Amino acid sequence: MDEKRCEGCNGVDVELEEMLHKYKQDKSNLIQILNEVQEYYGYVPEKAQKAISEYLGIPMAEIYGVITFYARFTLKPKGKYHVAVCLGTACFVKGSEQILERAKSRLGIDIGETTKDGKYSLEATRCIGACGLAPVFTVNDEVYGKATVKMLDEILDKIDSEV
Amino acid sequence: MKSLEEIKKIREEKRAELDLRVNTASNSREKHILVCHGTGCTSSKSPKIIENLRRIIEEKNVENVRVVQTGCFGLCAKGPIVIIRPEDVFYSLVKPEDAEEIIEKHIIGGEIVERLLCKDVDNSVVKKLDDLSFYKKQKRIALKNCGVIDPENIDEYIAFDGYKALEKVLFEMSPDDVIKTITDSGLRGRGGAGFPTGKKWEFTKIAEGDQKYVVCNADEGDPGAFMDRSILEGDPHCVVEAMMIAGYTIGANKGYIYVRAEYPIAVHRFQIAIDQAREYGILGENIWGSGFSFDLEIRLGAGAFVCGEETALLESIEGRRGQPRLKPPFPANAGLFQKPTLINNVETYANITKIILNGADWYASIGTEGSKGTKVFALGGNVVNTGLVEVPMGTTLREIVFDIGGGIPNGRKFKAAQTGGPSGGCITEENIDTPIDYESLKAIGSMMGSGGLIVMDDSKCMVNLAKFYLGFTVDESCGKCTPCRVGTKRLLEILERITEGKGEEGDIEKLEKLSRNIKNASVCGLGQTAPNPVESTIKFFRHEYEEHIKEGKCRAGECKALMNLWIDPEKCKGCGLCKRNCPANCITGEVKQPHVIDTSKCIKCGTCITKCPFHAISNK
Ligand SMILES: Cc1cc2nc3c(=O)[nH]c(=O)nc-3n(C[C@H](O)[C@H](O)[C@H](O)COP(=O)(O)O)c2cc1C
Ligand code: SF4
Ligand code: SF4
Ligand code: SF4
Ligand code: FES
Ligand code: FES
Repeated sequence: MDEKRCEGCNGVDVELEEMLHKYKQDKSNLIQILNEVQEYYGYVPEKAQKAISEYLGIPMAEIYGVITFYARFTLKPKGKYHVAVCLGTACFVKGSEQILERAKSRLGIDIGETTKDGKYSLEATRCIGACGLAPVFTVNDEVYGKATVKMLDEILDKIDSEV
Repeated sequence: MKSLEEIKKIREEKRAELDLRVNTASNSREKHILVCHGTGCTSSKSPKIIENLRRIIEEKNVENVRVVQTGCFGLCAKGPIVIIRPEDVFYSLVKPEDAEEIIEKHIIGGEIVERLLCKDVDNSVVKKLDDLSFYKKQKRIALKNCGVIDPENIDEYIAFDGYKALEKVLFEMSPDDVIKTITDSGLRGRGGAGFPTGKKWEFTKIAEGDQKYVVCNADEGDPGAFMDRSILEGDPHCVVEAMMIAGYTIGANKGYIYVRAEYPIAVHRFQIAIDQAREYGILGENIWGSGFSFDLEIRLGAGAFVCGEETALLESIEGRRGQPRLKPPFPANAGLFQKPTLINNVETYANITKIILNGADWYASIGTEGSKGTKVFALGGNVVNTGLVEVPMGTTLREIVFDIGGGIPNGRKFKAAQTGGPSGGCITEENIDTPIDYESLKAIGSMMGSGGLIVMDDSKCMVNLAKFYLGFTVDESCGKCTPCRVGTKRLLEILERITEGKGEEGDIEKLEKLSRNIKNASVCGLGQTAPNPVESTIKFFRHEYEEHIKEGKCRAGECKALMNLWIDPEKCKGCGLCKRNCPANCITGEVKQPHVIDTSKCIKCGTCITKCPFHAISNK
């Protein structure tokens, strides 16, 4: 970028600065920017909150309020393998709760937590739109349809054996 | 930039070129291999199929064949789906490795790849899409282009009458003409409430304001519903065009579409559609010299169900927490940035261009007295053909579940179906012949909703279902008003107690009373409808609530605390399926001998119940 760095962006990552500057300094862009930050980092780090706050002129407290309101935004980093089990109605009726229970007991964490070693995190999602293949779970970007408890076991076994 | 004349030329030329897509009698020498690129098929590797097909075609130098990515064909359960036109051969459950055989045998050799043909519910092998019972009772209006065109190619949209309705409106119709047409068509909002669309457009048109907005609600919050997603993925331009028509009618030059961030493919395709329309000069200033200008922007949702409520959605577009506003004023008078705003659902918009082109009378001739046209449903749950269906209003639930959906799998029995998602109610066997329209569904204690249709068989516990929906509402309540925030929590606590075998005498009455209070005192539709699943399951399955409370029994075997599984030695054939699938390894038995469950080790996962082909496993 040729123009001199904007004040709010002093000291922040170049990536973050680029993300911000894609948008006009208009308060209504807050959720757009948060979505982009969440996508990039896997969570919304504090440094990003600060930069957004300065860039859009929105107090930190208000940004925090927005982050906590929307389920998609998280304040903690995800694990290396992010397991998300769909608990939408179509998946629920096809028994996804059992898959979720299994994931919880195997990983030893609850929904929204990350294992101590940072390897796994677990989430319950509401419908990822692949309902035709219910029940569905994902590990990072990979979608597993017509899933079973056994299938989850096999996939986690495979990841564990890869160390 | 393209002039109107250039657009017309594209339409003529492309339409001739793409005739084979819709005309099985076409004698075109070309063949088009259509591969579903909807979310369902994409997650079972359809992009890889496309890649392989294209690579093999190039390697083998095959001529007169084109690989086209399309939106959802509807029968997602059988995906990935590949269709070859003009002969309309329907291949299901295709794998990337099958690409070679499709090219070699079908395209080059002219022979059908029998093993990839789809089996219908009666086990007959079906060659063509139109011969599948799944498609026979459907009528595609909103989904007309889904699965026919490449959604990332504006020329293909233009070929099938794309942007023709806009042209008609801009040059031949006044805003009042448009409102009259939409009103006469009888179209009602597909987002759930069923408000007459023509009226809404009229209110927004007569509202005073220097600036007005058109908004499309693509938040699709009902979990398990994916109608709007499929329209955006399969035919994004039809929503762009309809929003422009709405803009012209109400006097707005700016539109926003609010899409869930969980729908990356839909967002991506819609952005492409906007970019292409801008490039062609269809979106922009003084469109085709008509004096009308319009531009469109995408806003992403971030996983809050309440943002589907129109005023919460507006708050969210403005960059805030999505908490509903008090109504009135209605968005038609004070909406986005306090300006007059028209908000419609994706599917509502998807009907507009067809009504403009074919006329109000045509549309009004489809459906029932009070509900015109078609409705798209996302059919899910315990039904053979899960997927997307579009049927004329007035079709019965039985037709959808049994004729189109192929009935209940695994030899189980139909128990209930839920429409309207967390705001709706269940429909039981006794009402299964009710024609689907806004009024009839309301009369039997359910609602049309946005189109989620979840079927449940007799292995589902209705108390547990109510608990599931309430869990959802508690998570999603925005917290602004007490009856909803606290009341739904109380409902959930009682339901949890009941499913844990700790129900008390009087709990049902407590649920009923609390439900009434929440409905009457909540600020927005979320709270006002949240108790519906409780009320409706109590109405139809009161005996199941009573069994849980009085006998500590869950007949469906779903409530874990009440679960005490056993294998009926009379029914067990000793096939071993349960044993092989048990994650706790607590089932034993010799082949062809009755198996037994060691209940002390059983983790009550329920897998064995669903796996046993002979229904030998149940709750004691
Ligand atoms: C809690 C709640 C959630 C809603 N979710 C949606 C939704 O996901 N999609 C939608 O189109 N309408 C939804 N609505 C209805 C909208 O408020 C609004 O009525 C609709 O978008 C209007 O468009 P229509 O007239 O074309 O149906 C919801 C309403 C409530 C109360
Ligand atoms: S009814 Fe519920 S979701 Fe609606 S405003 Fe009140 S607390 Fe929020
Ligand atoms: S419920 Fe699960 S753990 Fe128990 S016997 Fe059946 S499969 Fe095994
Ligand atoms: S699956 Fe059913 S029939 Fe087969 S061994 Fe298990 S209980 Fe017996
Ligand atoms: S309900 Fe799970 S993908 Fe839709
Ligand atoms: S996603 Fe391919 S048929 Fe529905």
